[in-house]
Amino acid sequence: MPAPIRLRELIRTIRTARTQAEEREMIQKECAAIRSSFREEDNTYRCRNVAKLLYMHMLGYPAHFGQLECLKLIASQKFTDKRIGYLGAMLLLDERQDVHLLMTNCIKNDLNHSTQYVQGLALCTLGCMGSSEMCRDLAGEVEKLLKTSNSYLRKKAALCAVHVIRKVPELMEMFLPATKNLLNEKNHGVLHTSVVLLTEMCERSPDMLAHFRKVRLVPQLVRILKNLIMSGYSPEHDVSGISDPFLQVRILRLLRILGRNDDDSSEAMNDILAQVATNTETSKNVGNAILYETVLTIMDIKSESGLRVLAINILGRFLLNNDKNIRYVALTSLLKTVQTDHNAVQRHRSTIVDCLKDLDVSIKRRAMELSFALVNGNNVRGMMKELLYFLDSCEPEFKADCASGIFLAAEKYAPSKRWHIDTIMRVLTTAGSYVRDDAVPNLIQLITNSVEMHAYTVQRLYKAILGDYSQQPLVQVASWCIGEYGDLLVSGQCEEEEPIQVTEDEVLDILESVLISNMSASVTRGYALTAIMKLSTRFTCTVNRIKKVVSIYGSSIDVELQQRAVEYNALFKKYDHMRPALLERMPVMEKVTTNGPAEIVQTNGETETAVLETKPPPSGLQPANQANDLLDLLGGSDITPVIPTAPPSKPASGGELLDLLGDLNLTGSPVSPPAPQIAQPPFLLDGLTSQPLFNDIAAGIPSITAYNKNGLKIDFTFERSNTNPSVTVITIQASNSTELEMTDFVFQAAVPKTFQLQLLSPSSSVIPAFNSGTITQVIKVLNPQKQQLRMRIKLTYNHKGSAMQDLAEVNNFPPQSWQ
Amino acid sequence: IHFILLFSRQGKLRLQKWYTTLPDKEKKKIIREIVQIILSRNQKTSSFVDWKDLKLVYKRYASLYFCCAIEDQDNELLTLEVVHRYVELLDRYFGNVCELDIIFNFEKAYFILDEFIIGGEVQETSKKIAVKAIEDSDMLQETVEEYMNKPAF
Repeated sequence: MPAPIRLRELIRTIRTARTQAEEREMIQKECAAIRSSFREEDNTYRCRNVAKLLYMHMLGYPAHFGQLECLKLIASQKFTDKRIGYLGAMLLLDERQDVHLLMTNCIKNDLNHSTQYVQGLALCTLGCMGSSEMCRDLAGEVEKLLKTSNSYLRKKAALCAVHVIRKVPELMEMFLPATKNLLNEKNHGVLHTSVVLLTEMCERSPDMLAHFRKVRLVPQLVRILKNLIMSGYSPEHDVSGISDPFLQVRILRLLRILGRNDDDSSEAMNDILAQVATNTETSKNVGNAILYETVLTIMDIKSESGLRVLAINILGRFLLNNDKNIRYVALTSLLKTVQTDHNAVQRHRSTIVDCLKDLDVSIKRRAMELSFALVNGNNVRGMMKELLYFLDSCEPEFKADCASGIFLAAEKYAPSKRWHIDTIMRVLTTAGSYVRDDAVPNLIQLITNSVEMHAYTVQRLYKAILGDYSQQPLVQVASWCIGEYGDLLVSGQCEEEEPIQVTEDEVLDILESVLISNMSASVTRGYALTAIMKLSTRFTCTVNRIKKVVSIYGSSIDVELQQRAVEYNALFKKYDHMRPALLERMPVMEKVTTNGPAEIVQTNGETETAVLETKPPPSGLQPANQANDLLDLLGGSDITPVIPTAPPSKPASGGELLDLLGDLNLTGSPVSPPAPQIAQPPFLLDGLTSQPLFNDIAAGIPSITAYNKNGLKIDFTFERSNTNPSVTVITIQASNSTELEMTDFVFQAAVPKTFQLQLLSPSSSVIPAFNSGTITQVIKVLNPQKQQLRMRIKLTYNHKGSAMQDLAEVNNFPPQSWQ
Repeated sequence: IHFILLFSRQGKLRLQKWYTTLPDKEKKKIIREIVQIILSRNQKTSSFVDWKDLKLVYKRYASLYFCCAIEDQDNELLTLEVVHRYVELLDRYFGNVCELDIIFNFEKAYFILDEFIIGGEVQETSKKIAVKAIEDSDMLQETVEEYMNKPAF
């Protein structure tokens, strides 16, 4: 049989192949030749054949039949064989193959070989791919070599030991004695690998860490580092004028571990860190690599504040560097330190925000995370602008995170409700399909609570989905709002911006389109259908149309939709008298306040108080509150009767008085669990947290403005009784800023079940104009359960010749007034 | 360092060194994925890519991409220096190294790498010493005559 072709020959031949098929053919032919050669146990050409096999393996072809041959090569006496054999072992064998253990004996012998290069091969192989069993068997040999005076072997043994420790951590103890003298070496290779070994030991074992701190490792390292920096030019280890940067960085890293949470160690290294930080050349990547490691160390140990500022400034300089890699590294580090050194990082905010516009994806991501970490009450408007712009133009993989981040930040720092709603709108329209599902109920709750913004919100949402109803979260929120506040939409009541002219039919058109559209998810359709149903009580002319739509979906394939439609149909047919009650306006939800409905809708039907009382618990919908039922405020059996001086404007309704506020959930739990038929999926108020926005606590109990509308302002001032801590005395002052006086002024109030109220006589019933005088009245509130104080007030008066009347809730009572 | 890959602009693998244990199929998948990621990045981006729980540090030298996968706590900028040092070593050994040298002498490229890095950590920071070790080892390799005459076992 002719001699197998040489390696280079093979490579050349294969490279001439013009197609994948041609190459495969060549390879197969050669493999066959190699296989038969192996079978013949040919010693002369085994090395050549294995080398060729390794080449083919790199091209992606199977080479497992060469594994045993590698072992034979390793066992050979010839150095050439061993070299290829060990290479083959590292490439083809790993601990998953059964045969690899056969290597152990060979390696053991080679570790004791007379030629250091053979020993080196063995150490290298063991250190790269040794399995746990192999490591256990050979650890002793490695340890021996760790103590040799041959620096060539010592450095390899050190890294081999690192590998052994990684594979079999229990063996760490064994190498401890050898480490005593490791750092006394002059040889940089040994120094470097020793530092790596020490690092590995300290990272893995707190005992080791304590031990090394005790034996004063830190001063030793500091000394070595100092020598490196101070010593003259050493061409051997020099990189761009810096002496052995690899060693410097590893020492800095070990110092970091030693100095972490340890005052003494940290102090011992303060000087050298400052020295490195200030003296290192920054013109090349090398210097910056060292500075980077230095900064990481400074931030991680207990360094003095001057040093920390120095570190952050270095990062700031990095941020301005033209080199993208440096900027990347700076952002990563800043992200780690933003929590602890917040103010220092804030100073670089504008640079960070600029990085949002970078082309590199990783830089953008870090800049985004950092930006969110830096948002606070002062910079929220500016930051949000940048972040919204970023949301617009960023890659899809960011949009979900960015949207969530914006919502969170907006919730925490929104300067005004209008701004908050605008921001939400912007996110929904820009990245609507990436918004997380749980954001929808949060948003709905937020909108509900922004009472004065309802008309504005619904108008904007309507306009948003008019053009495009494909973004599901946006459509869901919009449908819900239209269902709730559709009446505001058609009546054109918007205060914040130019009201649009919309007819009831147009609104129903868009909701029906959502229902029909293929783009709408099942959940979205559910929202739309419910919204249409709600509008039956808010719209006046299109009830028949609504009935028709609802009945169509009674036979929908979608079970959820069908069930809803069938129940709504039933509502129309058999329970029509209950419909207004059930479809009442949503109350403001638990998150911020626990009050009752924000607005009361004049429904078509009459008061059906009797029916309502027997109704099962509502799914978050309050029983109907007719205007008449306001009297229930006054007449409820749990409420202390109020004795106004002016006669009540309407007679109290009879026995079946709705305990309006009694139905309120006074604890922190969600408004109500959903009833099966009118399931509103998103109202999962569990887990929502929010802090009521209290004013700064001044001395004494701050007074509040309970009501301020149409020129009538009512202030509450508070006093707590010393004798009875459950009693709060509220003095109301009503003033009139219009140019005509208000007469026949009557103030009425109601409080929740657990409270008791006593209203004393007012000072008069006329409020003079131009704030020239006030009516005062005293209210005594008994709060034995120390519940959060809430109150609903009703005001009636005559002004400019007409009778005025208003209802309001007061829920901005300061905590000191009831706690 | 978890692994080092060298590949051409066409995505052909020239060297693969793994310092962690993975099944062959997995390695192939990873190589395909990473080659694709890196080849699709343009000039303007940084040399670092977040990939799974590792960081990829890569640099292009002429027609070859050098890619290292490092752990979270490793210094990326220093890794760039490590890559550069390896290229310098190749250059010193081969004299003005080019891709062809690495293709035809791939086993030497591995030997050089093994004198520079063991188990994913740098073992020698002096260029002179590393190259000398290779050259001395080369001397140890038998001549053809010696090879034929020496008994194998």
